[in-house]
Amino acid sequence: MGRIRTIARRTFLVGSAAIAGGVAFGAYKLNQTPPNPFAGDTEFAALNPFIVIDKDGVTIITPRAEMGQGVYTTLAALAAEELDLAWEDVRVLHGPPAKAYYNSALMAGALPGAEYNMSNFKHGFAKQIGKVGKLFDLQVTGGSTSMKDGYERLRHAGASARETLKLAAADQLGLPVTDLRTEEGHVIAPDGTRLSYVSLAEAAAQIDPPSVDLRPKSEWKLLGKTLPRLDMLAKATGTAEFGIDVRLPGMKFATVRMNPKRGDSIVRFDATEAEKMPGVEKIIDLGAGIAVVASNTWLAIQAAEAVDIEWSDAPYPDDTDAMFDAIAASFDGKANSTMRDDGDVDTAIDGGTVITAEYKMPFLAHATMEPMNATALYTGDRLDIWCGTQGPGFTRDKAAAIVGLEPDAVKVTTTLLGGGFGRRGEMDFSNYAAMIAKEMKDTPVQVTWSREEDMRNDFFRPAALARYSGVVKDGQALTLAGKVAGPSVAASSLGRLMGFAPGGPDKEHVAGAFDQPYKIPNHRIEGYLTDLAVPLGFWRSVAASVNAFMYDSFVDEMAHAAGADPLAFRLAMAQDEHMPSAKVLEAVRDMSGWTGQTPDNIGRGVAFSLSFGMPVAQVIEVEDKDGEIVITKAWIACDPGVALDPGNLQAQLMGGMMYGLSAAAYGEITFAEGEAEQLNFPDYDAMRMHTAPAVEVKILENNPHITGAGEPGTPPSMPALANALFDLTKQRARELPLIKQFDLRV
Amino acid sequence: MQTTLKINGNDHAVDLPEDVPLLWVLRDEVGLTGTKFGCGVAACGACTVHIDGVAVRSCQVALADVDGEITTIEGVGTPQNLAPIQQAWIEHQVAQCGYCQSGQIMQAASLLSENPDPTDQDIDDAMQGNLCRCGTYPRIRAAIHDAAAKMKEA
Repeated sequence: MGRIRTIARRTFLVGSAAIAGGVAFGAYKLNQTPPNPFAGDTEFAALNPFIVIDKDGVTIITPRAEMGQGVYTTLAALAAEELDLAWEDVRVLHGPPAKAYYNSALMAGALPGAEYNMSNFKHGFAKQIGKVGKLFDLQVTGGSTSMKDGYERLRHAGASARETLKLAAADQLGLPVTDLRTEEGHVIAPDGTRLSYVSLAEAAAQIDPPSVDLRPKSEWKLLGKTLPRLDMLAKATGTAEFGIDVRLPGMKFATVRMNPKRGDSIVRFDATEAEKMPGVEKIIDLGAGIAVVASNTWLAIQAAEAVDIEWSDAPYPDDTDAMFDAIAASFDGKANSTMRDDGDVDTAIDGGTVITAEYKMPFLAHATMEPMNATALYTGDRLDIWCGTQGPGFTRDKAAAIVGLEPDAVKVTTTLLGGGFGRRGEMDFSNYAAMIAKEMKDTPVQVTWSREEDMRNDFFRPAALARYSGVVKDGQALTLAGKVAGPSVAASSLGRLMGFAPGGPDKEHVAGAFDQPYKIPNHRIEGYLTDLAVPLGFWRSVAASVNAFMYDSFVDEMAHAAGADPLAFRLAMAQDEHMPSAKVLEAVRDMSGWTGQTPDNIGRGVAFSLSFGMPVAQVIEVEDKDGEIVITKAWIACDPGVALDPGNLQAQLMGGMMYGLSAAAYGEITFAEGEAEQLNFPDYDAMRMHTAPAVEVKILENNPHITGAGEPGTPPSMPALANALFDLTKQRARELPLIKQFDLRV
Repeated sequence: MQTTLKINGNDHAVDLPEDVPLLWVLRDEVGLTGTKFGCGVAACGACTVHIDGVAVRSCQVALADVDGEITTIEGVGTPQNLAPIQQAWIEHQVAQCGYCQSGQIMQAASLLSENPDPTDQDIDDAMQGNLCRCGTYPRIRAAIHDAAAKMKEA
């Protein structure tokens, strides 16, 4: 990662005259190519914002951040496929904040309607809408959008760079370009002459890149295969550089202690004792908390804990029960959305069996393995920030406003992320680093949070309640009606990020419920919003992580009420509505050898959820081992449309499932006196080696549109586990975490 | 206190209060950042190092209590000279975010030095203190079995 500093330092040329490049999209204004952040550099040739060539070779710049999901590798492979690079020669870096790296897929997700049901016309429209991401500077890693956004863009970048290098070679050799081909980083002439891309780069950078058609899938050499991850060697040797590993000459180590009641101020504080503690250099009032700057992170944390602080009150009810009372009360108000309303759910059905159920979901913390941190250096006319971030443009702009500089005077270097899961799309940690750096002019400061600070000052996955009712008859679902109530993550998070909360129907609030590909004659999903000022954030799979448990658990209850096999019941509803979804259910049935029957000490549950465009079906098996229930096996079938890297897709689906199982089994944030009560892993545990199941993953490619993979594995894991526990114990879980109801292994 | 630590075969003179945990001596003083901070309460294993070959949580060992030679992930092998266990980690493409993997590898290396042919139950027992929020456990398990086989051949 030594290179990240060198290249990124020169990227201060954002906005200078562009070498034309990038990919031509759509129409006027949205169509203008954003400036190449590397343009004007004299030490290397940037053929477009994604391809940089210097004397050592080709580097692919990824517009998205590597947080474990493998984008470093797969985005690089997309460009390398068209550019004809040998995989072992591929180098990769995170792009700096720059308009060129806007996320075109993120805004498309905001279109009304269920994604699986979008026509091709609407998919085209979504691409146009996606360009709004360019206007808003949405350089965000999230929403499982990296592949949707990068699938064509990175291949175009590679193809256009390749053709430009060929033009440079044609010029040099005096040959027609059609006589030339490319292979492993070289342009090759008919007589065998090999010109390296490095030798051609300077000339190529002067040439207007031509527009080129992409190669058909049948010609792919890298894509479609499991590639060795480009970050694996570093991660197996302790040499990968995360935000917390940044080391600068003369750097100080700091920590923060912010208001755990999430009020915006402190009433008073006394740092007399803390100031006398070893290694302490400075204690800074941050308004809503304090920072301690010291010679060592641990000494800073000790001193921060020794500061006597009286906090201002919480802007929300003091305890969890009062919060759920507020959520329940919102059912009495007007519905915010009715995103699905097929048939008439109020129609009486003769001879039908009516069932109802109410479900309850807790608040959750992200708990990335790497606690929040950022490193900053302020020199008066410039601010440098190093951190793992899912939104480097926002990081830059917020920090610039804090220190009173123009965004152009702030440089953000995105390191590897020790887990993101949505948490690193927030700017609080980099904002505090900027505030502290401003008080420590000319001294670099690394600000690391304690785990306790990280957990109690998280932006939580919202709690929710749902009331479902349904009618089954002759083994079939005739009516399914659901009402989902809770505070809005979009309002909370976008309010912080963009300075405004979107009005109108909140699609994200009911995602994972209204958009499931089931044909049910009478089918309605309504959302009710609760005004609750608990800070909320995007948590891996967002609302699908809430709604999949409640919706799919109810589907399971309906199947049992109908006397139907739970898997066949779901399959029948998916079959007529969405073929790729039906196929993943069939696949998981076949790979798990599903029969609907299990021995007395074994339980099996199936669940299905379509999120972020990807249908995923899971079967989970639990076993009663002398009164202790162990999650032993899991089968996953999924459909990303195009399996760009099967090995990484398997890892993502497996990891997404484990993240969901952790929450389903053990995860809960509760509040007392306005503060989160869980502070560290002993209170907020997760899957571990002895509690995690063995996993098999099957990838299908029937989906007509490519999807991402970081999130869709999470939603179905929670109901699959609860449904398995029902099969084993005949006790239905309507609330998470399951450890409160079942003797799960810990 | 002034003291000299032997880390990965080299002597390092340090001067810090005696209660500073070894983790923070390694990271903030010596500059060996491969060993990670995860929880500070011995609940996640990210900070695992070896003292005289035995896995310990470095967030729980005060500087004054360090008695023996320390090995960190940087001392196990390097990108140019991988240990068999690191080779196995790469072949099985274990890491996702990778933040916990230094600790996982140090714990697994300690297991293999005591038990060259661990069963799944042995792996469960030895590795359950090491948390991975990306959920890479099945690949960690496979890599440990594979590393055991590699080390037998060697």
